[in-house]
Amino acid sequence: MITFILKRLGSGIVVLFVVSILVFSLLYVSSGSIARNILGDQATPEQLAVKNAELGLDQPILARYFSWLTGALRGDLGASWFTSEPVASSLATRIPVTMTMVFVAMTLIAIIATLIGVAAAVKRGWVDRVVQIGAIIGDSIPGFVIGIILVTILAIQMGFFPATSTIAPGVGADAWALSLALPVIALLINGVTGGAQQIRSAVIKQLERDYVRTLRSRGIGEREVLFKHVLRSAAPAGLTVLSLQLIGMLGGVVIIEQIFALPGMGPLAVAATSQSDQPVVMGVVMYTVVVVIVVNLIVDLLNGWLNPKVRVS
Amino acid sequence: MTERAALDAAESAPTQRGLLRVEDLVVDYAGKGFRAKKFRALTDINISIGQGETLGLVGESGSGKTTLGRAVLGLAPVSGGRITFEGQDISHATRRQRRVLSRDMQVVFQDPYTSLNPALEIGDILAEPLGVQGMEATAAKKRVKELLDQVGLPSDAIHRLPREFSGGQRQRVAIARALALSPKLIVCDEPVSALDLSTQARVLDLFLQIQKDTGVSYLFVSHDLDVVRHISHRVAVMYRGEIVEQGPAEVVTRDPEHPYTQRLLLASPVPDPDRQEKRRADRHRLLEMQRQQNEQAGVPA
Amino acid sequence: MTESVETAALTPAPGRAVPEKSGQTGTVVRSTVLRRLFKNPLGIIAIVILLAMAVMAVFADALAPFDENFANISKTLAAPDGVNILGTDSSGRDVWSRLLFGAQLTLASALLCAAVAIAIGLPAGLIAGYYAGKFEAVSNWVVSILMSLPGLIVLLTIRAAFGPSVWIAMIAFGVLISPSYFRLTRSAVQSVRNELYVDAARVSGLSDLRIITRHIFSVVRAPIIIQTAAIAGVAIAIQSGLEFLGLGDPAKATWGVMLSEGFKNVYLTPSLLFWPAFAMALTIGALVLLGNAIRDALEDGEKIKHRRKKIRTAEDAATASAAKAARKTVATVEAGTEHHLVKVTNLGVGYPQADGSVKKVVDDVSFHVDRGEILGIVGESGSGKSQTAFSILGLLPDTARIVAGAIQFDGNYTVAPGEDKVSQDRLSKLRGKRISYIPQEPMSNLDPAFTIGYQLVTPMMRVLGISKAEATTRGMKLLADVGIVNPERTFKAYPHEVSGGMAQRVLIAGAISCEPDLIIADEPTTALDVTVQADVLDLIRDLQRRLGVGVILVTHNFGVVADLCDRVVVMQNGRLVEEGPVREILRNPKKEYTQTLLASMLEGKEPMTMLVPAPSSVTARSTAKENVL
Repeated sequence: MITFILKRLGSGIVVLFVVSILVFSLLYVSSGSIARNILGDQATPEQLAVKNAELGLDQPILARYFSWLTGALRGDLGASWFTSEPVASSLATRIPVTMTMVFVAMTLIAIIATLIGVAAAVKRGWVDRVVQIGAIIGDSIPGFVIGIILVTILAIQMGFFPATSTIAPGVGADAWALSLALPVIALLINGVTGGAQQIRSAVIKQLERDYVRTLRSRGIGEREVLFKHVLRSAAPAGLTVLSLQLIGMLGGVVIIEQIFALPGMGPLAVAATSQSDQPVVMGVVMYTVVVVIVVNLIVDLLNGWLNPKVRVS
Repeated sequence: MTERAALDAAESAPTQRGLLRVEDLVVDYAGKGFRAKKFRALTDINISIGQGETLGLVGESGSGKTTLGRAVLGLAPVSGGRITFEGQDISHATRRQRRVLSRDMQVVFQDPYTSLNPALEIGDILAEPLGVQGMEATAAKKRVKELLDQVGLPSDAIHRLPREFSGGQRQRVAIARALALSPKLIVCDEPVSALDLSTQARVLDLFLQIQKDTGVSYLFVSHDLDVVRHISHRVAVMYRGEIVEQGPAEVVTRDPEHPYTQRLLLASPVPDPDRQEKRRADRHRLLEMQRQQNEQAGVPA
Repeated sequence: MTESVETAALTPAPGRAVPEKSGQTGTVVRSTVLRRLFKNPLGIIAIVILLAMAVMAVFADALAPFDENFANISKTLAAPDGVNILGTDSSGRDVWSRLLFGAQLTLASALLCAAVAIAIGLPAGLIAGYYAGKFEAVSNWVVSILMSLPGLIVLLTIRAAFGPSVWIAMIAFGVLISPSYFRLTRSAVQSVRNELYVDAARVSGLSDLRIITRHIFSVVRAPIIIQTAAIAGVAIAIQSGLEFLGLGDPAKATWGVMLSEGFKNVYLTPSLLFWPAFAMALTIGALVLLGNAIRDALEDGEKIKHRRKKIRTAEDAATASAAKAARKTVATVEAGTEHHLVKVTNLGVGYPQADGSVKKVVDDVSFHVDRGEILGIVGESGSGKSQTAFSILGLLPDTARIVAGAIQFDGNYTVAPGEDKVSQDRLSKLRGKRISYIPQEPMSNLDPAFTIGYQLVTPMMRVLGISKAEATTRGMKLLADVGIVNPERTFKAYPHEVSGGMAQRVLIAGAISCEPDLIIADEPTTALDVTVQADVLDLIRDLQRRLGVGVILVTHNFGVVADLCDRVVVMQNGRLVEEGPVREILRNPKKEYTQTLLASMLEGKEPMTMLVPAPSSVTARSTAKENVL
């Protein structure tokens, strides 16, 4: 068990390393014109050279990467080239906002999609048809478009929710929840429709297995067959779907935050991207990959717990 | 190999057994994972098949009987020993050599449902081996018609898909495909195991008829001693990757020498309650006797 | 649907000549799939929408009245009129024209993305699937990295490195999403690679390239098309998302830029939002529907859709009300038959078909089993023997209907005359407790996620209401009873840790654990090796004698019948052929079918002789066999 975790962590670190090299060399392409972008068109060649030296851009790429890497290993991700704000601290203030939304949305997706998916698989009939149609609609409308529609109708036209959500520490819990409601709904609709569909087919597949008939023949009740045996065997498929959705959501949340003007990772990432602000972009990418690695590890552990065959090997 | 089998092998003229020869064959499969040990599927296999002869290969699951058939066909890796066909070493034949070889050596698999591509029409399936040998379309079409006739299928089967046929009929298609190039040897891997009793009988008849008409040889793999006895001239018994006994079919399948073959023979039930009761008693006696022998020899049960 | 049902319902009965579809010649899968696709109204709608979008995109230059960036500053945020049919945006640009140019760019970028993804994923998947080995290991690793990168974040990085180019972004996204094609192709190839028909092609000397193009590519083709529909939709969404964030080329009109523009003016002119959102949802929706329609066409989905309705309408109102009445007060069984453990009377089981007819798999079958008796039901595949057994257990698939007859157990109806389904109320009280089941395939009938002990103990706790400790003690004893040498170890083991023969012993232990009156064994030794079969038959015989339980043994093997059964029922094509004591049936079969079956037995035949004589000599042959016996 512990060797398994260590192995996965080890391979996670390798992935992190590879991604950091890839992203760093990609960003190297655009770093030539950075000094001019910062100082403006009037800057003299001397000023540019000074700026380049200040940012360490006069160094060869390997040296630059190593200085970034040694810093990163100490927890220092450098500072933004444009605002000079340390990347680590700006990440620290923004991650809680983003991750709160992602966590709440994922939890709700897991619960709602499972309930709906199981109901559709067991009851069939109209429930099933609604889930199928829902999946088509959910697949057809991108999450951020749903966000825009929600804002336009529920917030701007009807005024049920605040159109922009700022989470100030002072506000009460209800205002906080209300301001997060729309972004979370926008995040979770695609997840619920898609997830329910996948969980439905996973459950149906399990219900057709031979051992289900044998359990019934042994006098085990329908509810126990479903919740103890079928759901457990269908869970790995559901977990895989959910983990892929979470990875997608880490990107989707960027746009959602932009729509709702939330002070999360999104605006930071967008601003850094359009300016080619290398330290910030590196920081954002590294944080995302770390989240993904942790999620994948958790999913693997859950799968091992669910499936004894995996556990052995 | 038992003494008797060795004697038997010595008696027969080498020319008669000259078609296929397998000498000291070893097959290892790579284990799964990085440092996994190799898995030895076959150990020191020696068999030979002559022109127009059927060698029955009998054994239970995991005995290696299917692997032996696949090794002959080039579908399993040969790690040691030699396989010769008409005197030519084919242990490590290239794909090109196999293409030439396929004129003389063909196969019929167990499962008639997965041995035919569900998306291809019967005509295309049968024409495949002909096309590989460069036969032109009209000649191939004529040959396909002949083949369908030979295996007792209607000629309008050409434009149908495998799923339109029952298991027995599909197996006839598979046999027709094997016959397409008039081979000298057909490896039959459990060709009747998936079939119902009455269908099995008809397909066995077809195998016998074809051998009578064309003089083809069979390497006939089966788990069923009755099937092997019915169709084979000689029988080899496999157990845990080795041949434990081989010899004339009548002897091996009725009065076997090796303890495992004896167990196998008495385990298969006969369709009469009273004779089955007797066989059951015989089996229990045999098991008890072998257990005592093992105990004396110090082998744990 | 379960396996045995499938064989019963779908496989044409052996012995019968070519199925009746013989009129249909020259049919090829492709054409039927296309035909089914065009029969599906949603599929047609999707195709029409996509074609219209494609036409608009291709002829955008001709169709658009204005250039995408032509701005009329005096006419901003205008409502639709004769000149600007959908109005203008905040810079006075024509919305309709921009929508058309947006379609051009959006569709082209989706195609580019899909093309890149296919160009990478398909060959890599084919190679990894077919050759496996190192290439597969390396590509799996690359895939796992690509799949753990959120698409949008990567595109942001690409944007930071290369600037605002739609094409570079879409190429990058194509690379990023190529694992979906890779995985699809690889698993399709893997499933086919070990198919016997590929082996047969190898034996015929086909080159790898021809095997891949001829046998493997045909399997991948349809899934690739479905996947492409989905991926084009995702590409449109993500491309629009980037543009919406303002990270695209400002000189180009796209749906994403239009959305962003509309969102900025949402308080003034919300309709600016509507058109790009509508175009996007329409296009992606059409792609999703197209993918679904192709999938349905491939899966032959129409059958199930119509099924339920048809039954309702076809159902005779009178029988329905009669059945309802019967459900309240279960009729009492015919006097003088109460002493039978099981009595099946004129049973018919059928599956309603798409065309409203009912396909009967069991027809007019009657027999009985008494206490302590072993009845064999013997027949070939498609004879309805398993379906008959499952109707007694009440474990028929949901779609099955009892179309005639009745079943009684221990003097009470489980299926009363006129009922069309097995009453789960009545049977759930009997199953496990008084009627139990031994399945055919030992491995697939144990839940792989639970230990053998758990699966043995739980039914005892539920059915007998005993404590876990007591159930565990009994479970250990049961395992010892069925001849398992080390009960403790087996008790703690998971199903994949034991052999097939051992798993079958465990299932037998489960079947006798609650001391039933009747055991239904469905081909209990068919999946086992002959030597293991002999042991399991011994076990069943010993247990039956000791417990005095009634057994229904479903099998195709006359040897097994001879070994265990007291009486035999022979079935063919869902009907009962004959019934009698085992010696009578095996030695003097009355019916020609039974005679043919017995004549097909190899035991006692002269080797190397024909088994199937001309039809007239069947009787002669069976008498000859008599002499041999």
